Amino acid sequence: MISVHLILFLAFGAVCVAGAVNLLVQRHPINSALSLIAVMAALAGEYLLLGAEFVAALQVIVYAGAIMVLFVFVIMLLNAGVEEHTQGSRVAILFGIPGMLIGSVLVAWVILRHSGTGAVAIGALPGPPKTIGQMLFHEFLLPFEITSILILVAIMGAVVLASKPSLPGGGPTQKVND
Amino acid sequence: MPIWIYILAAVIKSAVVLLVLLTAVAYTVWLERKVVGHMQNRWGPTRVGPFGLLQPAADGIKFLFKEDLTPPHVYKPLFLAAPLIAVIFALTSIAVIPFGNSITLFGYSFPLQITDVNTGLLLILGVTSIGVYGVALAGWSSNNKYSLLGGLRASAQMVSYEISLGLSLVGVLILSGSFSLRDIVDAQGGTFLGFIPRWNIFVQPVAFFCYLMAAYAETNRIPFDLPEAETELVAGYHTEYSAMKFAMFFMAEYANMITVACLATLLFLGGWHGPIFGPAILQVLLPVFWFGAKIFAFLFLYIWVRGTLPRFRYDQLMAFGWKFLLPLALANLIVTAIVVVVK
Repeated sequence: MISVHLILFLAFGAVCVAGAVNLLVQRHPINSALSLIAVMAALAGEYLLLGAEFVAALQVIVYAGAIMVLFVFVIMLLNAGVEEHTQGSRVAILFGIPGMLIGSVLVAWVILRHSGTGAVAIGALPGPPKTIGQMLFHEFLLPFEITSILILVAIMGAVVLASKPSLPGGGPTQKVND
Repeated sequence: MPIWIYILAAVIKSAVVLLVLLTAVAYTVWLERKVVGHMQNRWGPTRVGPFGLLQPAADGIKFLFKEDLTPPHVYKPLFLAAPLIAVIFALTSIAVIPFGNSITLFGYSFPLQITDVNTGLLLILGVTSIGVYGVALAGWSSNNKYSLLGGLRASAQMVSYEISLGLSLVGVLILSGSFSLRDIVDAQGGTFLGFIPRWNIFVQPVAFFCYLMAAYAETNRIPFDLPEAETELVAGYHTEYSAMKFAMFFMAEYANMITVACLATLLFLGGWHGPIFGPAILQVLLPVFWFGAKIFAFLFLYIWVRGTLPRFRYDQLMAFGWKFLLPLALANLIVTAIVVVVK
């Protein structure tokens, strides 16, 4: 059974990487957005294989099903056209690509060096919704609440940015024209 | 049980469920035409077969043999992919829906369900939320302003109402304490005071109302069928589609209706619970019958609403979703949580 798991894990990983590369290569924004959705879905598959079915479901519902819908919505609304590709800056070729290569070699080296010590059996870490809920509301209550306040601030910022500044009285009091 | 029996059972169950689902989709269309016809003092389909019962078959043949046009100005890859996305995800969500208790055959016990996932409800929500892309991409890739408006409306509407839909389900989840659809149904067995069935609709009427409204919006049905409002948008997101590609959107819409009806039955109407009596064979078949009867009742309600209500305006739809339904679902959730904790 482990070999089946491994094959599936590698397959989902390959989809992830292929989607990420495709995201960069594609010229049309909507194709890029769709490859990002494929990456999200493949990540959900990886979570599922690791026994985190709740996180996998949330990954699909929140990222692939809600956030990416808004991305696609905006692209459709603005009717964004095909992007122009530049030849790439000299800085990227001189420093970016060697840096990326060195970084990935370093990460691979560290992981291979310490393999065996960090291996965790499938299902050993919290996966069911009940355990995650208890962790969120007991051990990680403070970070959880602070994150929610952060999101609230972001929502308020979005409301301020979206409301028209030229209104008399200063408040967002305009009515929808029927 | 041996692995090959397991695989064989899974294949047979998938084939049977898919066959039943597609037949149900075809006959829901027939039922809708018949019922709406009678509500409007017409007969509905009568020519093909007795009571027009073979009309779905005739329609299917017609869809297959119609010319499949692809307009020249569309963005082809997505134009072809959109109906596939819509129909695949509409049919996938049926996989985790349980139809009844387990049956025992040849000494092995088979649950009446393709697969029992312990986060079944979340899986359905995830799959249906991906289904939005079918409609949105169809609208965009058609390169037609009516289609684009339909696609935009559909995606905005579905994202807005998904929040109320999810929140209305949380109350039920608090009461049953599980994401598994089978556990949720099992928690609804028995009666209150000896005669009222212990269904969630009697405990969570507000949640059921929210679910009902959100479900109409999620499936793009009247009174919330703005994405395909004929009077404003020709046919909305599927204006440019013909033949089998159009039929795929049609199938997806009705399959989604059936999924929503299944979910309502499981979460609020007690699933397959009902009076059980008679010989052993009847005791096995009656739960499945009750399940089917409840789905039928829910679908009939859908059609009844379609025959009764006019279409909302778009700003009314958004105001209703965000300013009325969302606060109502939130309030219901808070009250439920407080009651459960105090108990």
